[in-house]
This record gives sequence, C-alpha cells and structure tokens, in this order.
Amino acid sequence: MVGALIAAGALASIVLFVTTTYFVILCVIGIGFLALPHLTTAVRWVCDLNRRAAARSGVPVERPYRPEPEEIERDIVGWVRRCKWILADPASWRDLLWLLLNSGVGLLLGCAPAAMLYYAGEGLALACGLWQPVAADGTGRWYAFITVDSWPAALAAAAAALVVFAGWLHLSPWVLKGHAYFVLFLLGPTQRGRLASRVRHLAETRSGALDIQAAELRRIERDLHDGAQARLVSLGLTLGAVDRQLDRNTEEARRLLHDARSSSVQALRELRGLVRGIHPPVLAERGLADAVRALGLASPLPVTVLADLPGKLPDPVESAVYFSVSELLTNALKHADARQVEVALRYADGALRGQVTDDGRGGAEISAGSGLEGIRRRLASFDGVLEINSPPGGPTVMKMELPCASSSPKTSSS
Amino acid sequence: MRVVLAEDLFLLRQGIIQLLEAYDCEVVAAVDNGTDLRQAIAEHRPDVAVVDVRLPPTFTTEGLQAALLARREQPGLPILVLSQHVEQMYARELLADGTGGIGYLLKDSVLDDGQFIDAVRRVAAGGMAMDPTVVAQLMTSHSRDQPLSALTAREREVLELMAEGCSNTAIAQRLTVSEGAAAKHISNIFSKLMLPPSSDSNRRVLAVLAYLNA
Repeated sequence: MVGALIAAGALASIVLFVTTTYFVILCVIGIGFLALPHLTTAVRWVCDLNRRAAARSGVPVERPYRPEPEEIERDIVGWVRRCKWILADPASWRDLLWLLLNSGVGLLLGCAPAAMLYYAGEGLALACGLWQPVAADGTGRWYAFITVDSWPAALAAAAAALVVFAGWLHLSPWVLKGHAYFVLFLLGPTQRGRLASRVRHLAETRSGALDIQAAELRRIERDLHDGAQARLVSLGLTLGAVDRQLDRNTEEARRLLHDARSSSVQALRELRGLVRGIHPPVLAERGLADAVRALGLASPLPVTVLADLPGKLPDPVESAVYFSVSELLTNALKHADARQVEVALRYADGALRGQVTDDGRGGAEISAGSGLEGIRRRLASFDGVLEINSPPGGPTVMKMELPCASSSPKTSSS
Repeated sequence: MRVVLAEDLFLLRQGIIQLLEAYDCEVVAAVDNGTDLRQAIAEHRPDVAVVDVRLPPTFTTEGLQAALLARREQPGLPILVLSQHVEQMYARELLADGTGGIGYLLKDSVLDDGQFIDAVRRVAAGGMAMDPTVVAQLMTSHSRDQPLSALTAREREVLELMAEGCSNTAIAQRLTVSEGAAAKHISNIFSKLMLPPSSDSNRRVLAVLAYLNA
C-alpha cells in the first residue's frame, strides 16, 4: 500500500520531469514561457504532497521557494517575468533533480515492500495447499530455501512466509522514513536558502519596526507640540499678564493666577497621558502581569487575567505585548460587543504566549491599516506571530507568541 | 500634626515641607527612600505619612511597598500616597485592610494647597481621600456590576463623593441638598450594599471597597 503510493509517485515524477525539462528547454526558443508557470505549479504541488507525507512520518520539510514577485502583469512581459522568477529560484532546479532521482529511488523504495508483501502472500498460498497441484508433476516448488512438496514442508514455508510478512511490517515505516529523509535532502531549503529567507524576513520586519517607530515619534512630537508645549506658552503669557496687573488690578491678577494654575494642571495631565502612551508607568513599576491586570481593571468590561510569568521579560517585549493586549481589549469593547474577556499570559520553552478570548460577535480579520495589522507588525519585529480565530458569531480567540528570554525577577510583585 | 514625608525629588520635597509648615503641620522627618521611611515611621510614630509611590533605589513601587509594610507593622497608621499617575490596582492594595486613614492622590493635587492640606488632615483623622481620577475609573469600570446597579443615580453620585473623601456636610454642599438628605442617601447606600453598622468612617471605606471587590 505504502510502497504502491511511493511507486506511483515515482512514475508521476518521471512524467513531470520529462515534460518540465522539455519546456525549460523550449523556453530558450520562447514557446515554453506559456507552459512553464503552469507546469511549475503542478511540480510544486507534487513536491508539496511529498513534503506533507514526509512531515507525517516525522520529518518536517519547509517550503524553500522564494516569494512570488508582487503584481505581475497578465501579458507576455508578465509571463516572461514569472518564468525568470521560477528559473532564478534554485529550489525549482532542486525540484527537477528530485523528480529525476525520485523516479529511480521512489520506484526502488516503493517496489521493495510491494515485492516482500507479494512474496509473503505467495508463501502462504503455497502452504494453504496450492503446493499440491504445483507439486503434482513431482518436482515441487522452491519457496525460500524449502522445496514445498509435502505438508511439513508447506508448514515450514508458512513459517518462512510469516517471517517475511513480519519483515515487511517492520520495514514499511523505515521505507517511509527513508523516503522522508530523501525528500528533506532535496526538497527542503538548503542552508543558503534558509539564510536568504531569514535575511528577507529580517529586512521586512526591520522596515516594519522602523515605520512603527517613526509614526510613534511623529505622534509624540505632534502631541507635545499641540498639547503641553502650547499650554506652557500660554502659562508664560498669563504670568506676564499677572505681572502687569499685579499693581493695578489685584482682583484681575488673582483671576489670571487661577487660570495659570489650571493651565499647568492641564499641561501635566497631557504629559501624563503622553507618558502612558510611550511607556506606561505601571508597566515600569510592576512588570507585565500586573500592568495587564491594571488594563483589565481600567476596562469597562469584566476582564479575567491569568498570568504565569516567571520573571522579568525584556522591556521591549513587555511593552509590545502590553500595547497589543491593550489594543485587543479595546477591539473587544468597541467592535466585538463582548460581555467578558479573558487574557492569559504564559511563559514556557523560551516563548511568551498570550491569548485574548472574548465572547463577542467575532468576524475580526487582519487587513491593511487595521489595528490587528499594526499588532502583527509590532510582534513580527520580535519574530512573534499573531494568530486570529474569529468565526462570525464569535467567540474570538487571538493568540500571540513571541520567542524571548526571561531573566530572574528584579522586583517582587507582591 | 506630625508628618513623615518620603519624596525623592529634592525640589518637590522642599515644596511640600514648606506647604505643610505653612499650614501648621510639623514635618518630623523628610526622607528620600523606602528603608529610611520605615525607620522614620517606627522612630517618630507620626500622625500621618505622606509617601511618593516611586522611590529609589528601584524607582518602581518602593514607596507603596514601604507604606504597606509600615501599615502592617503599625495597624491603622494613616498614609497619604502621592503618585505621578493613578492606578486602580494600587488603590485596591491600599484599601485592602478595610480601615480608614488612607489617601491616594495625584501629585498635581499639591498645586491646590487648600485641597491638599484638607486631604492630609482628613487622612490623619482616619478618613479617606481618593483622587477623583481613581473614583471616575471605578465608576466606568464597574458600571455593570451587580451591587452598584441597585443604587440610584443620585446615590452613585453620593458614593463618588464619599470615595473622594467628602464629609456629609461637603457632600450636601457639592450636590446642593440639605445635610439631612445627604445623610439619608448615605444610609440608603449602606443598607443597599449590606454594610453592618459600625463606626461611620469605616463604613465609608467599606462602601468604596464594595466596588473595588465587586
């Protein structure tokens, strides 16, 4: 069964290999451009099937392909560009090599178990009495090292067949495993390819992080300029007016002083809000778990917080998670129409995992410009991921995962 | 009135000392860290301790922790906590033992000297002084909770003012009703929140705790 699948795969491999190679060569004279992208899709589909099969036998194989160029025209130039993208990707060539080798290796690996199974079947059939008509001419038939021409010999043959069958049972998983490693060897990413894709990922997330930072600085600058700075200027002006009025009109001076005071209170309030947006004091003072509890307390929704964090996590990570949870709580309140929210934070195996679950109406999705996209980008710069499960009608489950190291606690939170 | 003050910023510390002394309070000790604060409290046994939440060396909640410890060592010690920002969680921790003599105010409140001194006196007398910001947060965050929903809109207003630390007279003034009417609202609140009769100022703390723990 297993062998048959591998063998069938091997046959498909050779057909695909021949066709694709043919069209790659045809690219040289131009016609191949039209067929190559479709063929590549088929090749990658077959390769993906093999990768998935390998993963099922315990050998995970990543897809090594370079990302498709964005926005390809649908005309001849587009086709040529698409072919260039395919031909420039070493993984395409490795796929082809794999197709070629798999037609041999796959056939071999596929046929060996099938042959063993057949042989075990043959032995059992002989032992069941099939030897009698065969041995009628007096010669008997050889099974392994036994001439099957009598019942005791048939019994021995049956035993041998059972041994072969046991061998087949034992061997099949190894054949699968072997095939999986073969798949990993050629269809997995090479060290170079892995590095290249890592560099690509880092470049993307770095530019994302820079964008976020720049936007944040712009916001702070604007808030300071329109808020506290303006208030302090007006405070200075009011104090100047007080200075002028002090001798002439004491009553007016007192009123102005009152204004000045409320202006300074206002400036303080705005600065406080600003600080909260940059680095929330409670986060600085009490760490992530308590800061998230404080978020829960300040939310109009009943929020349950379950936190299991061993010590202090790196500041940037704490900050990213804090603002992400804050945004998710706001979403639950504003968009999901939730009645209660549960936030769970857990640190295990070198990663911080967060989960925000609400009982709202669901239907949340990541789209460009949404708050969720912002969270995703924020987490991505730490190699973190945001996973959303929000079917229409709810409930919504948002999962975050960030790899990070924890240090021993600096301060106790009790 | 004898006061122990803990504040790490020199200018603010001097300012508060001046302010307290201008209103006839005696500042028996002014310290700038949590360890010294506990020593000073143990040594001077002040009428009230005025404490900044964030103190050296960690600049986290050193002051709050020291104050809570001091209160455990010396039950009923009146403490007025000042903070650059207010956080419900801290209010909860301060009020946890359910007795009075607790204040939690924004540092800005020292700008309004009269109000600040009033709060110091109230706390020293075993009363309560919560910053309106904390109270407002309490009201929004627990507006859907059960014990509160039993209260009428007017009773909520009264409870808000009680949480800020207003006396019956002050509540009557702020809501422009008679003092008798204010007292009636307050006793309604106590019975709706099922608070057993005890000393009046303690019941006021318990009434506020009723939301905190809702």
